[in-house]
Amino acid sequence: MDVKKVAVIGSGVMGSGIAAHFANAGVPVLLLDIVPDGAENRNALAEGALARMAKADPAPFFTPKTARLVTPGNIEDDLAALGEVDWAVEAIVEDPEAKHALYAKLAGACRADAIVSSNTSTLPLKLLSHGMDEAFASRFLITHFFNPPRYMRLLEIVAGPALRPEILETVSGFADRRLGKSVVLAKDTPGFIANRIGTFWLEAAVHAAFELGMGVEQADAVLSRPFGIPKTGVFGLLDLVGLDLMPKIAGGLLATLPEEDAYRTLHREQPFIGTMIAEGKIGRKGGGGFYRLAKSNGARVKEAIDLTTVAYAPATRPRVAETARALFAAEGPEGAYARKVMGATLAYAAGLVGEIGDDAAAIDTAMRHGYNWKHGPFELIGEIGADAVIEAARADGWPVPPLLEAAREKPPYDHSGEAPAVLMPDGAYRPVARPEGILLLADIKRRSKPVARNASAALWDVGDGVACFEFTGKMNALDRPVMELLTQSLDHVGRRFKAMVVYNEGTNFSVGANLGIALFALNIAAWDEVDKLVKDGQEAYKALKYAPFPVVGAPSGMALGGACELLLHADAVQAHAESYIGLVEVGVGLVPGWGGCKEMLFRAKADKRLLKGPMPAVSRVFETIGTAAVSKSAAHAMELGFLRPDDGITMNRDRLLADAKARALALAEGYRPPKAPEPIQLPGPSGRAALSLAVDQLAAAGKATPYDRVVTGHLAAVLTGGETDLMDAVGEEELLALERAEFAALVRQPGTLDRVEHMLETGKPLRN
Amino acid sequence: MPSYNAPLEDMRFVLHEVVGAGALAELPGYEDATQEVIDAVLEEAAKVAENELQPLNQSGDQEGCLLENGVVRTPAGFKEAYETFIQGGWTGLSADPDYGGQGLPEVLNLAMEEMMCAANMAFSMYPGLSRGAYEAIAASASQEIKALYLPKLAEGTWSGTMCLTEPQCGTDLGLIRTGAEPNADGSYAITGTKIFISAGEHDLSENILHLVLARLPDAPEGIRGISMFLVPKFLPEGSNGDVRPGPRNGVACGSLESKMGIRASATCVMNFDKATGWLVGTPHKGMRAMFVMMNGARLAVGIQGLAQAEVSYQNARAYARERLQGRALSGAKAPDQPADPIIVHPDVRRNLLRMKAFNEGARALAYWVGTEIDRHKRHPDPRARQEADDLVALMTPIIKAYFTDMGFEAANLGVQILGGHGYIKEWGMEQFVRDARIAQLYEGANGIQALDLVGRKMGRGNGRLLRRFFHPVDALLREKAEDKALGPFVEAMRRPFGMLQKATATIAQRGLSDPEEGGAAASDYLRLFALVALGYMWLRMIEAAAGSLPEAGERAAFYDAKIKTARFFFERMLPEAAGSYLAVMAGKDSLMALDETAF
Repeated sequence: MDVKKVAVIGSGVMGSGIAAHFANAGVPVLLLDIVPDGAENRNALAEGALARMAKADPAPFFTPKTARLVTPGNIEDDLAALGEVDWAVEAIVEDPEAKHALYAKLAGACRADAIVSSNTSTLPLKLLSHGMDEAFASRFLITHFFNPPRYMRLLEIVAGPALRPEILETVSGFADRRLGKSVVLAKDTPGFIANRIGTFWLEAAVHAAFELGMGVEQADAVLSRPFGIPKTGVFGLLDLVGLDLMPKIAGGLLATLPEEDAYRTLHREQPFIGTMIAEGKIGRKGGGGFYRLAKSNGARVKEAIDLTTVAYAPATRPRVAETARALFAAEGPEGAYARKVMGATLAYAAGLVGEIGDDAAAIDTAMRHGYNWKHGPFELIGEIGADAVIEAARADGWPVPPLLEAAREKPPYDHSGEAPAVLMPDGAYRPVARPEGILLLADIKRRSKPVARNASAALWDVGDGVACFEFTGKMNALDRPVMELLTQSLDHVGRRFKAMVVYNEGTNFSVGANLGIALFALNIAAWDEVDKLVKDGQEAYKALKYAPFPVVGAPSGMALGGACELLLHADAVQAHAESYIGLVEVGVGLVPGWGGCKEMLFRAKADKRLLKGPMPAVSRVFETIGTAAVSKSAAHAMELGFLRPDDGITMNRDRLLADAKARALALAEGYRPPKAPEPIQLPGPSGRAALSLAVDQLAAAGKATPYDRVVTGHLAAVLTGGETDLMDAVGEEELLALERAEFAALVRQPGTLDRVEHMLETGKPLRN
Repeated sequence: MPSYNAPLEDMRFVLHEVVGAGALAELPGYEDATQEVIDAVLEEAAKVAENELQPLNQSGDQEGCLLENGVVRTPAGFKEAYETFIQGGWTGLSADPDYGGQGLPEVLNLAMEEMMCAANMAFSMYPGLSRGAYEAIAASASQEIKALYLPKLAEGTWSGTMCLTEPQCGTDLGLIRTGAEPNADGSYAITGTKIFISAGEHDLSENILHLVLARLPDAPEGIRGISMFLVPKFLPEGSNGDVRPGPRNGVACGSLESKMGIRASATCVMNFDKATGWLVGTPHKGMRAMFVMMNGARLAVGIQGLAQAEVSYQNARAYARERLQGRALSGAKAPDQPADPIIVHPDVRRNLLRMKAFNEGARALAYWVGTEIDRHKRHPDPRARQEADDLVALMTPIIKAYFTDMGFEAANLGVQILGGHGYIKEWGMEQFVRDARIAQLYEGANGIQALDLVGRKMGRGNGRLLRRFFHPVDALLREKAEDKALGPFVEAMRRPFGMLQKATATIAQRGLSDPEEGGAAASDYLRLFALVALGYMWLRMIEAAAGSLPEAGERAAFYDAKIKTARFFFERMLPEAAGSYLAVMAGKDSLMALDETAF
């Protein structure tokens, strides 16, 4: 069955976010809510949600235009429209009676074959389907999204015995391919998987902090980076979620958990937190919790609460051991804290395999994608060592489940075979369940050697005659070794492969050139070095563009500056939906120098939607590069011109490499390298003057800084073709020479050095 | 008997014509530091150095210091000279007027220190340490401590020390054992033994203030657990402008070291036995507080190197002009004499010029950095202050290590020019060698300075500190390529500067993957850097001299000599940069290949 239209009922934070994400997948959505008492506008709730989402940051929609796919309505007047949907998602209050009433309504309004799912996070499927007729139950399930639905990759599905298998298949497949979710099948148990473990972990961490007299910053320093947990740690996360929710979540679990569950042993009232809630210190939404932002002399200072006195003091930044393993072995309060919290949590997780999910891999996936842990509990057990975890758990009297015992002899995962296998409580390995068609570079890297590699990049054989070029340096930054290996790889691939993809599995594809190295060269006045860096990059990208085989760029996350320029030179791009692409050079006082200006100009010139004549294309590119625009999604990148209309978008991160590879192989059939584009007419000095005038007006309005004018002046010089006039046509080589000349002029100016320095020190652009 | 005449003409040239010290008067607080005032201060300082300090240099060396019943007696005449010195206000020359100082620029203080050290390096230790203590207290201590002690240090009636080294630790201060137990009244009881404490005990001042590095009971291990304490020899009594030495504190000199040189400087073992002290700055941040003083002290030690080179040069020059031996290779130059003076010989000239070219280049570099210290202290624009501080931080290890290495070399060249007489104590030349030797060792041995340059200064802010040197040099080379006077020198400078750039980039890159590469390159890199730095100062001096020469009148000879000395530097010293460059580029392999047992 195809999902062509959906409805989401309930326009709260979750419901509206889910609706937005269906729209992101290109599916028309009906967003319905109740009619508020005495409301004039009967759609006020859903419309209000849309208005709120239009301003939300991070944005729930890929682009503002995406919102057009969502039609707001209400559950009383739009019942007829419900008859058109293939899937209705219920995301209303966590009240069984209200939900039952709604299901009764949906049973009447929706088609008999429409899927109905609930986004409940606390109510069991047994309770929701209580009293449902069999036909409805056969198409009813729980689809538990995580907040925010666009960005959190986990979808927990709870399927009852009555559910028809093809419905489960449709929902999982759609969630996987179209919504980009990692689907985990959870059992119908309290809190399902991620929240069951997450709640235990949070509470264990809070109690242990009081018991061991830890400061909140110290506790968060332990329970974050060393374990691959987001930097909010525990107390920062509680601030984010809201302290007031803690008692509610605990109450919900206590009402439904099995009698012997370890959470019952762990749970107790924490009077300090009761006091905080009573005083309104409930976290970010309450203006402060364990942390708050205070103003001091005009500067914002992060403060942390003292767990003994309830007073705030400027937050410290404690230094702790860097790895989970080292922390488990460390003496002192931090080691004790790590062992106490993570020993209990990991043992708890190990005891739940089979009860809440089929295997340890399901639990790992849930914690990775539902709590943004870099490693799931069992991956952590593998890293720390089961013996150390058992010792830590036993020290506090926690039971040691069979799986943890088994992990003493065997690692939690076996990577020796083609596909990874996971350890079961009986000590046997079972293949990790994985949907068809997922290809991960991590797996390839585990079982093979690179074709070539150096300090900053590697080339891998990803099968079927396709090579994968991977950035491997710090932050995947582009530097001389990357360009050297790229040039070598083009030669290799030409001889041994059919096609190449440029792809990696870092958080960001690449944030661009290694500015630190460039700044160092500039600081020692090694101008020639920097000029050469620009020239070499241009040569490498030119070679990539005209290579005798297709090259497909496959970004995910940020692809900025030089990385964006690489994508512009590729034959095609298969982008992850969450791709943030941009030419941000002006932010550091530069112009794109690796062919970015050139490619954007040729693209804009070829864009039939733009008016003819030399200026429209130039103006558009000038605006895009001059404002350092970065796309908020792959769809947005298409609007900005960083992606072509026929470039592909992959919703599921895990499918990006497979999709890029398929695209590359398709292009390889009868591939011919592109011809150099015809020289274009550019306006020359008169056009440059026009662009500068526009910037001057912005500056007069306070929207551009003095150095913005300098930098955009150089950008304008490139984009308008330098000293050309309308009688001439400008080709690739001339544009590259202009990029080099203007880049070289800028790097010699203190304003540019200041911008680069500021970016490296603060991560933010300097407005000089 | 050796003599010393302060090189006032060269000092004035550097200050006024090369580094533009006159511009300092535009900085807030320095309004009084006009050219006239600067010249007058220099002249007075020269008189003290020449007339009061220099005459005690040889006798002080011969007599040394004496420890009797816990009291250290300085050599005859030192106490009187010190009295004259503080009466002249020299201890407070650049100190804050709020604390009784004269508030004059630091660069003037550097020039004064050069004269003082050249005249009598051992004597200069006493006020030198006080100045370091003044800086550290001024930068880190509480208002109360500052108000109590800074006026005494500025007027010189009380003196200071820095107590870092212990028997088990010198370079690695993380190993410090001296402990500080809190007392009920907020003070601390300091217990431990410190060694190599210059001016730790003596009879020149009424009281001695020891700045002691020690550990608090809850201190973290290693270098992050060191705090700084002020421990007076006599606990202060009274207040509000009437502070007197009170009861004796639990600190005493256990013994004096018998040393190779600076024998008139008392180098003490200091025993602290529950001595009362006060915390200076933040607990466990003592290294940061001490570094304020160490950086200043490192520059001052570099100046000692320059000073020994200068005084050795002056005496060798006098001898070479007077000593008649043999004939010039090109035929007799003084046919009416029994022989020619040895200054006619190319090799004697080579030695003399090497000293002279170093002295003048080094003086210019030191005074440039000195004016940047003043800009750092007084400039109203925070960015200008930061830039000035960057240059000072970058150049400090270079000045410390290169100046003291060359100071020792120049002192040896001085002995060489005197031949056998140089080896005889009476001539005084061998004392310069012995005195100069310590400067390569203390305040961080020169190998440590090289590591500081490569490990700390080079990479900071992605090379931000380097920019303060490389960009002015690059600009000058660009602007003056076609200049008639400078052009040929600019050309000679291009390759060494390129080598420095290349070596810098190479070390930075290799050091990323292998820290040992940085360590292996450090000393040669520092020398390469120093030669290029001197080259840059010589370019600026030529520019100034060539500009002034046409209108110079009777000073034409001075400018002419300047340009001729520059030629020597560019042709016969700067080329050494190539050797250092090659050593840097060779990498660490030949240093690390040999098994320890094969040494």
